[in-house]
Order: sequence, then structure tokens, then C-alpha cells
Amino acid sequence: MRRGWFLPIAASLGFAFLYAPIVSLVVFSFNESNLVTVWSGFSTKWYGALLADPQMLGAAWLSVQVAFAAASIALVLGTLCAVALVRFRKFRGRTVLAGTASAPLVMPDVITGLALLLLFVAMEATLGWPAGRGLMTIVIAHSTFCTAYVVVVVQSRLSDLDLSLEEAAMDLGATPIRVFFDITLPIIAPALVSGWLLAFTLSLDDLVIASFVSGPGSSTLPMVIFSKVRLGVSPDVNALATIIIGIVALGVLAATLLQLRSRPRKARA
Amino acid sequence: MSSFDTEAPPPRPRRPWTVVERGLAAVGLSGKALVIAAPAIWLTVFFLVPLLVVFGISLTVKQFGRPPYTPLLTNEDGTVQLTLHLNNYIRLFTDGLYISAYLSSIKIAFISTVIALCIGYPMAYAIARAPDQWRNILLMLVILPFWTSFLLRVYALTGFMRGNGVINNFLGLFGIEPLVMMQTDFAVYVGIVYSYLPFMILPLYTNLVKLDGALLEASADLGARPLRTFLTITLPLSMPGIIAGSMLVFIPAIGEYVIPALLGGPSTLMIGRVLWDEFFANTNWPRASAVAVAMLVVVVIPIMLLQKAQDAVQDRERAK
Repeated sequence: MRRGWFLPIAASLGFAFLYAPIVSLVVFSFNESNLVTVWSGFSTKWYGALLADPQMLGAAWLSVQVAFAAASIALVLGTLCAVALVRFRKFRGRTVLAGTASAPLVMPDVITGLALLLLFVAMEATLGWPAGRGLMTIVIAHSTFCTAYVVVVVQSRLSDLDLSLEEAAMDLGATPIRVFFDITLPIIAPALVSGWLLAFTLSLDDLVIASFVSGPGSSTLPMVIFSKVRLGVSPDVNALATIIIGIVALGVLAATLLQLRSRPRKARA
Repeated sequence: MSSFDTEAPPPRPRRPWTVVERGLAAVGLSGKALVIAAPAIWLTVFFLVPLLVVFGISLTVKQFGRPPYTPLLTNEDGTVQLTLHLNNYIRLFTDGLYISAYLSSIKIAFISTVIALCIGYPMAYAIARAPDQWRNILLMLVILPFWTSFLLRVYALTGFMRGNGVINNFLGLFGIEPLVMMQTDFAVYVGIVYSYLPFMILPLYTNLVKLDGALLEASADLGARPLRTFLTITLPLSMPGIIAGSMLVFIPAIGEYVIPALLGGPSTLMIGRVLWDEFFANTNWPRASAVAVAMLVVVVIPIMLLQKAQDAVQDRERAK
């Protein structure tokens, strides 16, 4: 009977631990004083300060561009890779591809960042491309590690998929490519959406890899935030965090609802 | 025109696949080859080759100029010469800084993993045993922080643990002296546990939710007390989840840079931070590369353990 109260209490404490710092961060973003931890009155002035900060806005715009491009490239590459791994049971180099596709998930960021930077420098010296570092090199770096996450998401959906649908289409004379676009793609669409969103948030959040592969004048949002908070707490970062957390919370809520709606259909199939 | 002629068949919609098919046929490629080749080439060029480049540059030494390392291959009067320096690796083993940074990274990652397991296990178990309508909400609450910016969550902790932070203000209400938490190893433990707790809970949950309740009932019917049932049945059966969760915390913690940089003090030695400083502060790219190669060697064993745990889970699923 001891478990009766132990588990709920342990779980509540755990959730409190996960959420208390976030809640306090949100609360203090509305604090009037620039002391982030002493309450002195309600104010939205830090949101105003945020919108008037050109460095912050520029970095945010760069980050959104990078995340959009990287998530889209990763979606295409990751989906192709997942199709290859799940559908083409046997081909030469399958184990290597499977290993290479999942290795970025566990590779420490400092190594990935350093390795890509050294590659870009060596390529520039020998091939003359990429000339300098900036948006392009960050997009390439982010696409690479995001691909690994898209593979995981799409792969699990593909292996759940009922093969007989695809086989039926093939028997009726559809070419493999038509089967993919007409049958497979619509079914795995929810996985593609969540894979893209995951890649987008991961790219938007990356500090370490971007620090290595970005050039002068191309600071992403996490790089600007990091240089700010390294010097101490600043309330406009709280405001920014609140905005990001709000967007993410809405996104996750929408994604969960989407998944819950698509689940009964799967159960019937 | 077509509005008068109702008998005419509707125009065939152009489908994306026809374009793709014609395009591929035009260059004489099969779809299958392309599906494999595109990600394979990308991952080779931007993931495997860079690791080889790191290894190559770890065998050079720093020099002033662009690029800031000595060339591996030199061509003098038609003689191609390969120059390898082992200086960086010798330095790693002889300079106490590197060895203690590795050992301290392993220690910090290990202790954090154990703490995360002790907090995460009861949470995962509680979620797995929760009523159906609660389970999805609780799971979403675990996943939500994972989607929220990692950097901002670490930042949120600094506001919590500072000298005049939330915790100390709270303790102050009871007249307790402020605790020094920031810039200590303690803050780094809290940071790692806080950031990676979802990674611990999710694999544990997937494992525990499949646990057959009949086994627990049988054990209770045979007179085992809850603790004994837990130790002899639940715990051994959840081993794959424990290993997967622990490795998902341990592996990234080893190479962590942001958490020791924001929460740790100057004496908090971690290998990710050493690599960062070699690269950015000392601009010693060859030394940073050697540190990276050595770090890879350290994480390979936990990565293999993780792979084994995941294979075990997959085999069991396939057997069903």
C-alpha cells in the first residue's frame, strides 16, 4: 500500500521540478524592475525593449530563415533515407547508412560543430566553396543533424504502415513512384509534419554547432542570447523566452490534437 | 468552351509523380538508386568525411596563418610528403588538465545520470500506471520542455538558483541564509538532470507501460511485498528502458558545453568546455581536434550499450 501515495507524490515533485523554473521565468518577464527575481509591479516594457532591439530582431530573422531551410532539406533527405531503410530491405551499405543516419543523434554537439567547420575550411581551401561562412554553412550543418531526427520520426511511422495498401496499388499497375505519392505520402503526412516541426525547433535552438560554423556578422538568435545571459540575467531575454515558450506550447498542443484525431483512423485500418 | 460541352471528360490532373518519373527517366536513373543515393551522399560528405578531417587535423600542429594548422601533405619538387604529428595526443596524456577534464566529465555525467534515474523512474512508473485519460496529458507535460529551447531552460535555472534568485528569496522568508548554488558543480548536476530528464522518462515509460500487470498480481498473490515485487519483477524487466534512458542522459552530458559554461564555476572542468576553449580562446584547432577524437573514444562504449538496448527492444517487438 506504500506505493499508493509514493508514486503520485514523486511524480508531482518531478513535474514541479520541470516546470517551476519555466513558470518563474514567464512571471518575471512581466516584472517592472530590471532585477529578474524581485517582483516590483506588472509591466510589459521588456517586450517593448525586445521589439526595439535591432540585433535581437536580426538574429531572430536569421534563425528563422536557417531553421526553415534546414528543416525542409532535412525533411526531404530524412524521408528518402527512412524509405530506403524501411522499404528496401536489402541493399549494399544498408548497415552503414542506418548507422550514419542515427549517429548524429548521439554525437556531442562540440564534435559535430568542430568537424563541419574543419570540413568547410578544408573545402574552401581546395575547392573554393563555400566561400566564407554564414547562412549557407549553418543551413548545411543544421540539415545534417536534423535529418537524423526526421529519419527516426518517419521510420517509425513507415514501419507501422500496412504494406497491403501499397501492394494493392502496385498490383493495379501503379509505378513505385506513383504509389509513393498517391498512397504512402498521404498516410505518413502527419509524421512528415511532426518531423519538420521537430527539425525546425532543433535548428532554432542550436547554439554550439552554429557557433562553430557561422561567420562574422551572422549570429543566430541562440548565439545572441548566450552572449547576453553569460554576462548575467536580463529581463528582455525573459520576455523573449516567454514568447518562444508560448509559441512552442501552442504548437505542441496543436500537434497532439492532430495526432489524437489521426489515431482512430489507424485503429480501424 | 467546356462549360457547354458537359460530355467531355474532365482534364487529367497533373500529378507530381509524373513529373518526377519523366525527369528521372530522362537522366536514366531508377527511383530506387536515387532514394538511397541522396541521403547517403549528403551524410557521407557532411557527417563521415568531417570526422575523418578532424582525425587528420588532430595529427597536425598549430601554426600562424590561414588555415591555422600545418599541412598534412606537402609537395616539394614533385615529392609528396606526409607529415604526421603526435604532439597533441602526447600532450593529452601528459598534461594533467586533459586527463582530469575527462575524468571529471565522466564523474559529472555519471552522477547526473544516477540522479535523473532516481527522479525519472518513479515519474515514468506513475505515468504508466495513471488512468488512461491522464496518461496522454502527463506524457505531453514531459515532452513539452523537450520542445522548449534548451538554452532558455538552462537560463531559467540561473534565475532560480542565483544568490538573489527564487530559491534564496523563498528561504529568506524563513530567515535562512542564502545558499551559494550558482557556479558550483551542484548547479551543473541540477542543470544536466533538469535538461535531460525527458530523455530518461520517455524510454522508461515506453518500457513500463508494456509491463504485464498479471505478473505483479501473481507476485502479490504469492505473498511478496510491494518492495520485493518491484525488486524481483519490475526492475529486471525494465532494464532495457533503464539502459536506454541512462545512455540518453549520459552521452550528451559527457560532451556538454552550455550547462557548465552557464551554471558551472571556473573550477568545473568538462571536456566539452576544454574543446571549446582550445578552439575559440586558444585558436588551437589541432589540439581541439585531438580532444574531439579522444572524446569520441569515451562515448563509443555507452553508444554501443544504447544500440544493444534498442536492438533488444526491437527483437522483442518482432517476436510478438
